Amino acid sequence: MTHLVVDAPGALTLVEDLGRPGFAHLGVAGSGALDRGALALANRLVGNPDGAAGLEILIGGFRATFSGDAWFAVAGAWGRARLGGRPVAPYTAARARAGDVLELDPAERGIRYLLAVRGGIDEPPVLGSRSRDTLAGLGPEPVVAGRVLELGPEPATSVPLIDQEAAFPPPADHLTLGLLPGPRADWFTDAARARLFDDAWRCSASTDRIGARLEGPTLDRAVPGELPSEATVPGSIQVSTSGQPTILLADRPVTGGYPVIAIVAPASLDAVAQLRPGQEVRFRHA
Amino acid sequence: MSVRMLPAGHAALLVECDGLAEVLALHDGLARSAPAGVVEFVPAARTLLVGVDPAVLPLESAESWIRRTAAALPGSAAPASTLAAAADPAAGAADIVTVPVEYGGDDLHETARLLGVSPEALVAHHVNAVWRVAFIGFAPGFGYLVSDDWPFEVPRLEAPRTRVPAGSVALAGAFAGAYPRESPGGWRLVGRTDAVLWDAASDDPALFAPARRVRFAAVRP
Repeated sequence: MTHLVVDAPGALTLVEDLGRPGFAHLGVAGSGALDRGALALANRLVGNPDGAAGLEILIGGFRATFSGDAWFAVAGAWGRARLGGRPVAPYTAARARAGDVLELDPAERGIRYLLAVRGGIDEPPVLGSRSRDTLAGLGPEPVVAGRVLELGPEPATSVPLIDQEAAFPPPADHLTLGLLPGPRADWFTDAARARLFDDAWRCSASTDRIGARLEGPTLDRAVPGELPSEATVPGSIQVSTSGQPTILLADRPVTGGYPVIAIVAPASLDAVAQLRPGQEVRFRHA
Repeated sequence: MSVRMLPAGHAALLVECDGLAEVLALHDGLARSAPAGVVEFVPAARTLLVGVDPAVLPLESAESWIRRTAAALPGSAAPASTLAAAADPAAGAADIVTVPVEYGGDDLHETARLLGVSPEALVAHHVNAVWRVAFIGFAPGFGYLVSDDWPFEVPRLEAPRTRVPAGSVALAGAFAGAYPRESPGGWRLVGRTDAVLWDAASDDPALFAPARRVRFAAVRP
């Protein structure tokens, strides 16, 4: 069976599929690729089912060798990719030959590449998913140099012809995200609720798969005191005691004790995965 | 009972109750009457998240079902009786999970002293109570257990331990629990168990799944 040998994982390379929904009541978040649309796109480009496991590669500086012939596609972050030293177009299916080396340079747009290989990454599933949950420590271990990743059997569907213009790279400048009302919006002052939409925010460098921290004005509370922990959904914007918002993502704690002022609309959530440190974020009503 | 509906996106509602007893009663009531399209229930101390597939059960329909079910339940003026037993009167003893515990954790004597009882009496209360898993806390499978038979309110440690061994049986506030894996923690340790609290390879990964009834049994070292 063909496999992929990871020679250099870059900043952080994780095996991810579309996650493990339905275990929140046991304390396990959905996890899965942060940019779900990008994983689904990369999978479709090589004829995989949307939920086949691929690699989520943070920033780049990634290098891997194919042991045999295989179709692959890179989506999500936009940057220079080379196969055997020759450029590979992003968001298109390409065919690797045995011994070919795939290299991903640091991303120029966005920050998380999604690499799909025809057949999918065949790591043992945990609770029905091959996703690494970085908070709960579930699923395949983070990929280290030298790791050999088995590929699954080829799917029945052929590699399709898809117009590569169908997808767009992540924006280079600011990003505008749609928001839905949050369960605890009334815990904040009118001024804080207005500032959320009126002011510009910046993605903090300490953003990870658990949450995207935002830097900006302080969001003041109208209701002081502590909130008993309650369940959150992906995209919930919780506000810390010091007034700083964090967009909770796929590997978040299932329950949290900070009030949620708003929720990033599902249609905007993939874009959060591609936020770069320092990038400007604005919010609008979804 | 009265409930407050809070927005939680396109595929969930967060239902706020007056307290934990109402959350548990509502959880049971909704679990018994769940229509198609209900994906999950995530209980917490004062809320219940109801996740739905909006293509099957629109949020408006889910909301009316939740309000109807809550209205049929006794209000908080009624005695919030028997968290554990009244949860599901049909459930027999066979549904109760028994967890063997070797009592004598690091904090057993100090905790008993704080509560003004002997260590033996504290253990007897712990063993004689029928517990119910109310909700999951900070780690996969870390259940918060409550019981009407448990009269104590246990203060957390002033300084949390940086390392609590897996299997530690512990108390905090009105809750009992057990650490499924080694982690930091501020609960008071009164014993340890060999029971498998979390097994990700199992179809039923958490021994302390919400709504499950639990008894602790003392075993010798």
